[in-house]
Amino acid sequence: MVQNIMIVGVGGQGSLLASKLLGHLLLTEGYDVKVSEVHGMSQRGGSVVTYVRFGEKVYSPVIDKGQADIIVSFEKLEAARYVEYLKEGGKIVVNTQEIDPMPVVIGAMEYPQNLIEKMEKKGVQVDAMDCLSLATEAGSAKAVNLVLMGRLSTYFPIPEEKWLKAIEECVPPKFVELNKKAFALGRGEL
Amino acid sequence: MKQLMLGNKAFARGLYEAGCSLVSSYPGTPSTEITEEAAKYDEMYCEWAPNEKVAMEVAFGASLAGRRSFCGMKHVGLNVAADPLYTCSYTGVNGGMVICVADDAGMHSSQNEQDSRHHAIAAKVPMLEPSDTAETLEYTKLAFELSEEYDTPVIVKMCTRVAHSQSIVELGERVLPEKKPYEKNIAKYVMMPGNAIRRHPFVEERTKKLIAYAETNPINRVEMGGTALGIITSSTSYQYAKEVYGDSASILKLGMVNPLPEKLILDFAAKVDKLIVIEELDPIIENHCKALGLTLSGKDLLPICGEFSQNLIAQKLGEETPAFASLEETLPNRPPVMCAGCPHRGLFFTLQKNKCNVLGDIGCYTLGAVAPLNSVDMTLCMGASISALHGFNKMLGEEGEGKTVCVIGDSTFMHSGMTGLANIAYNQSNSTVIILDNSITGMTGHQQNPTTGYNIKGDPAGKIDLESLCKAMGYERVVVVDPYDLAECNRVIQEELAAKEPSVIISRRPCALLKYVKHNPPLCVNKENCKSCKACMRLGCPAISMKDGKAHVDATLCVGCGVCKQLCKFDAFES
Repeated sequence: MVQNIMIVGVGGQGSLLASKLLGHLLLTEGYDVKVSEVHGMSQRGGSVVTYVRFGEKVYSPVIDKGQADIIVSFEKLEAARYVEYLKEGGKIVVNTQEIDPMPVVIGAMEYPQNLIEKMEKKGVQVDAMDCLSLATEAGSAKAVNLVLMGRLSTYFPIPEEKWLKAIEECVPPKFVELNKKAFALGRGEL
Repeated sequence: MKQLMLGNKAFARGLYEAGCSLVSSYPGTPSTEITEEAAKYDEMYCEWAPNEKVAMEVAFGASLAGRRSFCGMKHVGLNVAADPLYTCSYTGVNGGMVICVADDAGMHSSQNEQDSRHHAIAAKVPMLEPSDTAETLEYTKLAFELSEEYDTPVIVKMCTRVAHSQSIVELGERVLPEKKPYEKNIAKYVMMPGNAIRRHPFVEERTKKLIAYAETNPINRVEMGGTALGIITSSTSYQYAKEVYGDSASILKLGMVNPLPEKLILDFAAKVDKLIVIEELDPIIENHCKALGLTLSGKDLLPICGEFSQNLIAQKLGEETPAFASLEETLPNRPPVMCAGCPHRGLFFTLQKNKCNVLGDIGCYTLGAVAPLNSVDMTLCMGASISALHGFNKMLGEEGEGKTVCVIGDSTFMHSGMTGLANIAYNQSNSTVIILDNSITGMTGHQQNPTTGYNIKGDPAGKIDLESLCKAMGYERVVVVDPYDLAECNRVIQEELAAKEPSVIISRRPCALLKYVKHNPPLCVNKENCKSCKACMRLGCPAISMKDGKAHVDATLCVGCGVCKQLCKFDAFES
């Protein structure tokens, strides 16, 4: 049984650290793991997506529409963009932060309203939270990724101490405490 | 120990373990990380070359000297390096020589979707194609062995989904090959007609031997499952096929895609009821099978454009795909944009304001083509901006010269802009060339180049001075301008377009993302002063938006470049 996690967001939001942490953790748990991301031009403030797949044996490095068990979205509009990738009964964890894409910035389009409600109306289980505030509370607006990982951790039967160990192994020493705090806030523990 | 590793990083590890001594590459997505990772091993000499042709020739020189060597590039880079490739197929090698070409089906970061297998076929060199990280490490080492055994350069073809996916790999130790001395051999290495004509039959014989190897080598493997359907595939298409069919179909997985086996394919075909080739881009394996007289499916069912996925294969082959919920709403796209504080922005704004025709090149600055700047008219390939400008101006004369410029980055200029500039100096068109010098190779993620003064390891290195270079070519008018200074940009561009001789404008300011660049504090908007005229919005800066009818600066993005401040007639932007 292969499980599929998608991490989506805006280039520059720090999703690479999230996928690194997740991949490392799953490897130490003994799973076969594949992590796929696209580098290059799309990183320049564009929509970015990372696929994380794990199980006994994983073949494809990508996740397709209707296949994700969980989507972790760093931004609200990006959650809506990729909601089609969620399998029936899947969950989407959403940072409610809004980052205007260029068509909105230049006034050609409006930032869509009530996206969370619209997704819920389609039967999607949405777990929305203001990660930016929690990250700021932890000490840095850049810790949104660890807040989201904290939330994601509540959906897996992997013990918390293993997540914390993975943080220690993936994050530069001087940022470990901050990231652990962000992770705990994401889990709803502080 | 098992590790989760990026395909490209495993490629670098393969170079290390194979005892490779020299790595010379030009960056290009999705191949760049191979050389960046290789440079972390002190045992290998690594460098960024000015372009792929140079890189391949450097690697050839190292091979000639008897050492194992490597050069890496993206698919379009192999076009640049095609010249040495096609002839070092004739000379063969001394030390093993391996070339990586990384294709980009789906065009995540490329200007075309060419299938590099055609180069391997045309140059008559073997090509291996791994389907994940572990195979990448294994095939890289095998490629060196084949190179030395069959006296040929060997290409290892990556694709975006293998290069930029992480999967599990076990690492080995570095094993140095036996040292080969350099030996002068004019008949083998001097490719003048009299010698080359004797090497061509060698190449043909070598291909026959490689076909025999393809029949039995373990990287072309049959995985028998259900026999109702037989699939011939390679690379990530293998992974997608396994995902869809598991053991319910039989698979012939080809790890070597040039030359292709014959008997192995015919034997496999005889064991299954129905045969299909699953390969991204062009029908190369398919056509080979058809030439063997087989009846099979391929591009009649599967697309020739774009990359594959498990759902795509399932859907096209009549299998079930999962259901999903979708929002019936058109969402705004989120295309990549020039970063806040990007030095290119001020220059493109000025070009747009002056209604210039802008012939563009390959780099971050291609983003000058998107709204609201919309100020690039053409992008073709590395270096084409300068050469095309010359042709454009030669045909349109004064009508073109007075309002047409080309833009090219510092790294792209070093790659293949210099020859175009020499052509303008030589054949004299009244052209205005703009070098966007942001002191780094930007789009591929900050690689050094011959103009930056640092090498791949970040140590001080030779530094080519652009002004002196242009002057040495005969350009009298070489002007340096700061793209953050809009008034100065405007003055210089108008002056150089009006000049009756060729000129070079160097728009110089380092990429805003470089770590050493010190930023000013973010600006903020004085809401009372803001008259909602939206003049600042014409810059397309991701840090500026309209909130409640007034301009608003996102302080987490703004780097205080002040370009917007120069556009505002009402002093709304404050430090």
